[in-house]
Parts: sequence; C-alpha cells; structure tokens
Amino acid sequence: MKKAKLTDSEYLVKTGKILRTKQMTKLEKYFEIALPGGENLEHEPGQFVMVSVPGVGEAPISISSSPTKRGSFELVVRKAGKVTGVLHTLETSDTVGIRGPFGKGFPTQILEGNDLIFVAGGLGIVPLRSLINFVIDNRRDFGKVDILLGCKTPQDMLFGEEVDEWSKRLDVNFSCTVDRADPEWKGNVGLITSLIPGVTLDPERTFGVVVGPPIMYKFVIIELLKKNIPERQILVSLERHMKCGVGKCGHCQIQNYYCCKDGPVFTYDQIKDKKEAL
Amino acid sequence: MRYLLLKKANFDDFISSLAQIEKVVAPVSRGYNSFSFAEVKSGKEITLKYIPTVLPPKKYFMPQREKLTEFNKAENSVEAILEYEKMVIFGVHTCDLAGIQCLNIVFSDKPKDINYLVRKNKLVIIGLECNDYCDQYASCKVVDNHLPNGGYDLFFTELDDSFIVHVNTGLGEEIVEKTRLFIPNDQEHLNKLEAIRARKREIFKEEVNVKHKDLVTLFNDKAFESKVWEDLDKRCVACGNCTAVCPTCYCFDILDNINLDLNTGDRTRRWDSCQTEPFAKVAGGENFRKTRGMRQRHRYFRKFRYPAERYSRYFCTGCGRCTRTCMAKISLKETVNALAAEQKYKK
Repeated sequence: MKKAKLTDSEYLVKTGKILRTKQMTKLEKYFEIALPGGENLEHEPGQFVMVSVPGVGEAPISISSSPTKRGSFELVVRKAGKVTGVLHTLETSDTVGIRGPFGKGFPTQILEGNDLIFVAGGLGIVPLRSLINFVIDNRRDFGKVDILLGCKTPQDMLFGEEVDEWSKRLDVNFSCTVDRADPEWKGNVGLITSLIPGVTLDPERTFGVVVGPPIMYKFVIIELLKKNIPERQILVSLERHMKCGVGKCGHCQIQNYYCCKDGPVFTYDQIKDKKEAL
Repeated sequence: MRYLLLKKANFDDFISSLAQIEKVVAPVSRGYNSFSFAEVKSGKEITLKYIPTVLPPKKYFMPQREKLTEFNKAENSVEAILEYEKMVIFGVHTCDLAGIQCLNIVFSDKPKDINYLVRKNKLVIIGLECNDYCDQYASCKVVDNHLPNGGYDLFFTELDDSFIVHVNTGLGEEIVEKTRLFIPNDQEHLNKLEAIRARKREIFKEEVNVKHKDLVTLFNDKAFESKVWEDLDKRCVACGNCTAVCPTCYCFDILDNINLDLNTGDRTRRWDSCQTEPFAKVAGGENFRKTRGMRQRHRYFRKFRYPAERYSRYFCTGCGRCTRTCMAKISLKETVNALAAEQKYKK
C-alpha cells in the first residue's frame, strides 16, 4: 500500500480559532470563529460549514453570520450528538476544523429590490439570521421587510439582544410569538402561523423566507400561499445530516436532490412534489 | 484499437508473468457458487466461469474503509492523504464494468473526489465476456449490459482453445508488450466472436416485463405511492446487504479514529447503507425515511430514476447481487414486475 499527500482534497480542513463563545440556552452554544490570517469565509447567507474536532468527528453546522461581517464568522451549535457534545466543551482560543462553505444559500441577487417576509421557528433563526443581517446591512437594496419569529418559550429565544435591536428598528416590521409564555413575557402567545394573516403584503413582489422544523413548514407555507405569494417566491432551508458536504455520501438525499449541493435552500416550487422533503 | 489472440495453453503463463509485474486480482472460488475477487499468482487459481462475486470490484475503487486525512493534535496538523495500490483486475464481467463506469461518473461529478480519481488510474481493468447467462437473478439485458460497452483496458472473450482479446487502451497495449504471449488473430476468430455475440443477442432477453427505455417512467410519482413498498416494508430486515454488494452503491459515512497515543489519528470514510434506520435521521430527531419500505423505495429510485435524471443512465447493472444476497428474498426482478403489473404496463 502506497501513501500520497493530497493538496486538493475536499476533505482538507482549515484551522478555525474560536474567538468567543456564549452558552445561549442549555442546548445551544454560540461560537465566533476566525480562519488563519483572518481569511474571510466568503460564504453566501444560508450556506453551511463542516465543523470538526480531530478524533471525534465532523458535523454540518449552518453559518449564522452575514457575509457582511468580515474577518470572522458565527455558528450556533445544538448539542445533539457526539461531535456537537464535544464542541460544547470548547472555549475561546480552542481550535476546530472547518471545511466549506457548502451548498446553495439564499439567492440574494434575486431577492434584491423585493419585499421580504422572514419566518423563523425555533433553531431556524440560526441560518436565517445570516440573511436577515445581510439584508439589514444592505437595507437600501430591499423593499419592505417583515420578521416573524416563533419559539417554544421565552427562554428558548436565541440572539435575544440582537432580536431586541431588530424590534426597535424603524425600517423592519417585527413580531414574535412563543408557544408557552412565562409571567414576564409581554409579547404574543401562540403558533407562528397566527402572525402571518396580520401582515400586509404585495404577493407579486414579496419573497417568503421560511426556516424552522419540518412541521412548521407545512403550516407556514399554507398561510403564505393564502396570501397569494407564488410558490417559487417561497424559500425554505432544509435540515439534513450531511457527512461529506460535496454531494456524494448520500445521507442528505431528497429524491434526486442532494441537500448539501442542490440546497439546503430550495424554493417551495422545487420541493413541493418531493415526498420525504418536508 | 485492435484484436489479438491468447492461446488457452498460455493463460496460466499470462497470469503468472503479469503477477510478477503487478499485483493481480481475479475471481476465485470460495465454495459452492460463491466467488470473490482476490489476489492470484497463477491462472490456475482463477475461476473463469463464475457468477458475480459476492462483492463487486468496487472494493478496489472505493475501499470499504479509506483514510481521507491524518491528524496530529499536539502539532495541530492535518494532512489529506490517499492510500493506493497498483493492481491489475482480471476477469471483470460487463455488468461490473458498467458498475465501475457509474462510480466514475459520480466521483468525477463536481466537486471531484480526488481520492477516487487518482486511485482509479492506478488500476488496470481486464474484462471477461459472459458467453451465457450466469443465473436466473441476472437482469443485464434489460439494462443493456450483457454486451461490452467499454470501460476496460483489455477484454477477453473465450473461444474454443483461445481467448480473443480486444486491446482498448495504451495500458492494455503495455500488458501485451510486457507479457509477450499474445499472437495475431485470423478473420476466423473474429467470425467466432461475432457468432458468440449474435447468439447472445438471441438468448439474452429483457428479464422483466418492462422495456429498457421505459424503466425510468415506471419509477414515476405513482410508483412512489405503490403498495409494492408496503410489501417490502414487511419483508426487509434492514441489514444493508443489498447496498453493500451493489456495484453502484457508493454512500458512505465519515468517522474519526484516534490512535492509542490519544494524539494522532485519521478521518476515514466507510461504506454506509441507506437501508439502515439512522441513515436519514437529523439532529432534531426527525427521520426522513423512517420505515424499511421507504428505504427500499429509495434504493430502487436511486437505481432507476434519480440517476437517469441526473446522469442519463440506470444505476442498476443487472448483476443480480442484491437479489442473490437478500435474506428476505426481496427480488429486483419481482419488484420491477410488480410495479409494472400495478401500472398495467404493456411491453
């Protein structure tokens, strides 16, 4: 058996240095990561990276920061298995392996000039935040912006301070709901679908961008269609457990799509007839 | 390129002289009706009349376990690596040649898989014609793999006392040069080869009640909802044998191994199977193909529809391995026929 070194392997990782961490909830931890020499990740909003710890393994993680943020990028990791469990033990100045960015992100060029309604449920805020902040940083290039946010309880709310900032902005309409409130909660209580009917929008020039758990898509999409938003103007980002990120390993396959390569962002039009997609 | 002749009396010499130049692997008998590709030193070890080996030659192109990177934690270093071995694979049937072509397409699809593509070029492929059906499980005619469609350096067809050999590539020519056992053929031998092919066109019949070109349309949206999958759901034991033995199944998992020094280790890819329960599970707990029926359906659609859409070819080579190996007697031909019957398909 001979051995050769490869310089152009897709599996080569870059060393990502953790600049900052924050335990957001019991299960979710935030990481700010820089590549060697401050190299920019150069991702599109909605793409993901493969994050690894040598000897433990690799996991696909959505990029949560906008590409307008330079010099570093942000991830939020839910503790769900072996790799993410070890990632949760890492702190500032620890390193991780980074491959990517991978996949097709949100089509920002197509979205430009249009109205946007963002609908994020639970962890969906993590990938969607990359686009929301991109839009806020380029606010002039987009039309009316509505942000609808939903989570189980007020304690599950991620990016609380940032979300507060969004809610105070005059150039975005913001509303938020929780499934179960606590005594301090002053906002809406109920499912995220209940926020949609109240939004006024021009369906011809509005793109709905929806990210959340599978069950949420079904009901939110029904509400957006009721508003007459065309199917190809509804964007979703689908979760799959990618192992390679480059359209080979088969784990993320949705019928003839590889979620890691053809997605994770799809138009509703692309996936509505794909059983096993939602 | 050109044809040459190798006398059967010289076959043993051919393999042993080849084995002196390069590692040679070929089909060897492993007991009744069981064969595998393994290293040989002489022609006597090879079984020329064999039914498809337990594992297809994909094991040489995409090893069951393959190191992708090696790391050293203390030095904070990672290197991407390729482990390979030069080899001559002798005796590859046309179904398995087609399987290798499928893998070539997948791994050269962008982004390219460098590990696969470099390794593949270290392998010499010598094909061997099936002059007759191997057994009742094969369905090579319906997927059009009963006759050679390229994908080899040399291709052997057995005549009475000799092999007529198609030299297809420069690598094939090199073997001819180095072994010095090949002689020019006569027109008579080409006539015999043509007679074998003509007979094959007679005896190889579409093995299912569906025509080649209609297989893709058979796997339509209606077939997705078919009762056939409910039947397979009850029978499949989710062992993953069908995908392990399939010459075109290439799904893998990527795992880290750490050495006993707790410092160095590697990232390895390993064959995986879409038939196992956790394959399409995500962190949130959702499983997008939770039942065995859904997973079997996925396997069939990945052979007949998705690659037909993406690469304009079926990823079933007709080798029959999935049927031969299935503990629950799930048969590819029966499944296809059941779908055809359900859709009242007329050939």
